[in-house]
Amino acid sequence: MTLLQFYLCFKGIVFRESLRFFYQRARFFSALVRPLVWLAIFAVGFRSILGVSRPLGQPEEWPYPVSLIPYELYIAAGLIAMIQLFNGMQSSLSMVYDREMGSMRTLLVSPFPRPFLLISKLLAGVLVSILQVFAFLIIALFWDIEPPIKGYLMVIPALFLSGMMLGALGMFLSSAIKQLENFAGVMNFVIFPMFFASSALYPLWKIRESSEILFYFCSYNPFTHAVELIRFSLYGQLNEKSLVFVCVFLAIFLILAIYGYDPSRGFIRKKKI
Amino acid sequence: MNHKALSIESLNHNFGDLKVLNEINLTLNPGDYSILLGLNGAGKTTLFSLITRLYDNETGAIEIFSYNIKKNPTKALANIGVVFQQPTIDLDLTVAQNLYYHASLHGMKKKIALDTAIIELRRQNMKDIFHKKVRELSGGQKRRVEIVRALMHNPKLLLLDEPTAGVDIENRQLIARHVKNLCKEKKIAVLWATHLIDEVDLKGNLIILHKGKIMANDSVKNILKNSNAKNVSNAFNYFIKN
Repeated sequence: MTLLQFYLCFKGIVFRESLRFFYQRARFFSALVRPLVWLAIFAVGFRSILGVSRPLGQPEEWPYPVSLIPYELYIAAGLIAMIQLFNGMQSSLSMVYDREMGSMRTLLVSPFPRPFLLISKLLAGVLVSILQVFAFLIIALFWDIEPPIKGYLMVIPALFLSGMMLGALGMFLSSAIKQLENFAGVMNFVIFPMFFASSALYPLWKIRESSEILFYFCSYNPFTHAVELIRFSLYGQLNEKSLVFVCVFLAIFLILAIYGYDPSRGFIRKKKI
Repeated sequence: MNHKALSIESLNHNFGDLKVLNEINLTLNPGDYSILLGLNGAGKTTLFSLITRLYDNETGAIEIFSYNIKKNPTKALANIGVVFQQPTIDLDLTVAQNLYYHASLHGMKKKIALDTAIIELRRQNMKDIFHKKVRELSGGQKRRVEIVRALMHNPKLLLLDEPTAGVDIENRQLIARHVKNLCKEKKIAVLWATHLIDEVDLKGNLIILHKGKIMANDSVKNILKNSNAKNVSNAFNYFIKN
């Protein structure tokens, strides 16, 4: 296989994922409605009681990019990461569905190396999620969420990395889930704990004021670092710690996903494809 | 060098404690047309899953044109076209989009893919469905599109797992005729799995698979002779009971 053929294969996978996304417009709108409901109702409602300020004892020039700001601005990054989290899980759901319906076989019998096929599928999903995020950011302008122009550019690599990490997690889960019906468990045991035990809705120092254990749990939650990476980059800054965390978790989830779809070792071996 | 299109040696496969395939030995030459006949649960689909590397074989060896599927899957899979028992075509996309997607999975350029698609569809008198959504096609048309899709990358071995499931008599005949022509014209080796006796071509080869074991593998003529049977149905019953 030549490099050109690898490119053509990747292009085909992106083409298919984009078309599926285009034809499933309801998926696009529901992906937008979810964070907008949080922004328009939850954030506005909680604005007055959940002001986000710097933690006690920190100087006024404390570097957190969104301290002393309205709550809607604070949760914007969390909602962007939420779009990517749901997109990752949606892709994983569609992989379980494809496997049950049989169309996953078309992909898996391609002569290209399976890790390449899986990563291409993952990348295609991430590109779709970045489009969703920018659609959200445009609508969010009505709530005065206006990051600097530099932020719109700097957030792209952050979205790419966080989207890959969450997509790889979804892909790993899809290799381990036996039936479509079991996917509801993912909502309860993965999506909700990941989202709520993170800095998406409240800063970690607020959590620490209430529970030290929960604080540590949230600190190691990969979703927290996806949120922080997006939040900082949206304001033209780099959160190095979160960048490292996201890269490490991306590598772990990717290895697990590739292992999961390995025909000789992974979970896929034990079930009907 | 004359390579075997498909060569399987001492293949066994288990699902947990259940032995699904037992000491399978099988060869197909280029241009061979072989029917793999077996009851439901005989192991036909599992055999296809192993040949296409959906599962890895733990014992034995599978070679496609001398490329070992485990050691050199890229070269081996590039030679295989496959139609699965379960339809795997994307209903939301058009025929052209489905065919292009499949071709891209084999590293084909879009223009070449679409030109090939038109040629193959024309060969099956289905050019007019090129831009139709798959959802709008009849069951028979969908299966024929799947055969076209399997041929897009010009494979030398075609695996068909119950390709006529849910298809009417007219479409079944069309599919069978088309596949036989492919064998003759392009020298493609065909392995056609079925549980329907009437799909057995009296001029071709027959492999009888029962409970994961090959009970007979020869030309239909010889199988009828060896079992003293008047027809394939009787021969099949003879081999699965002995």
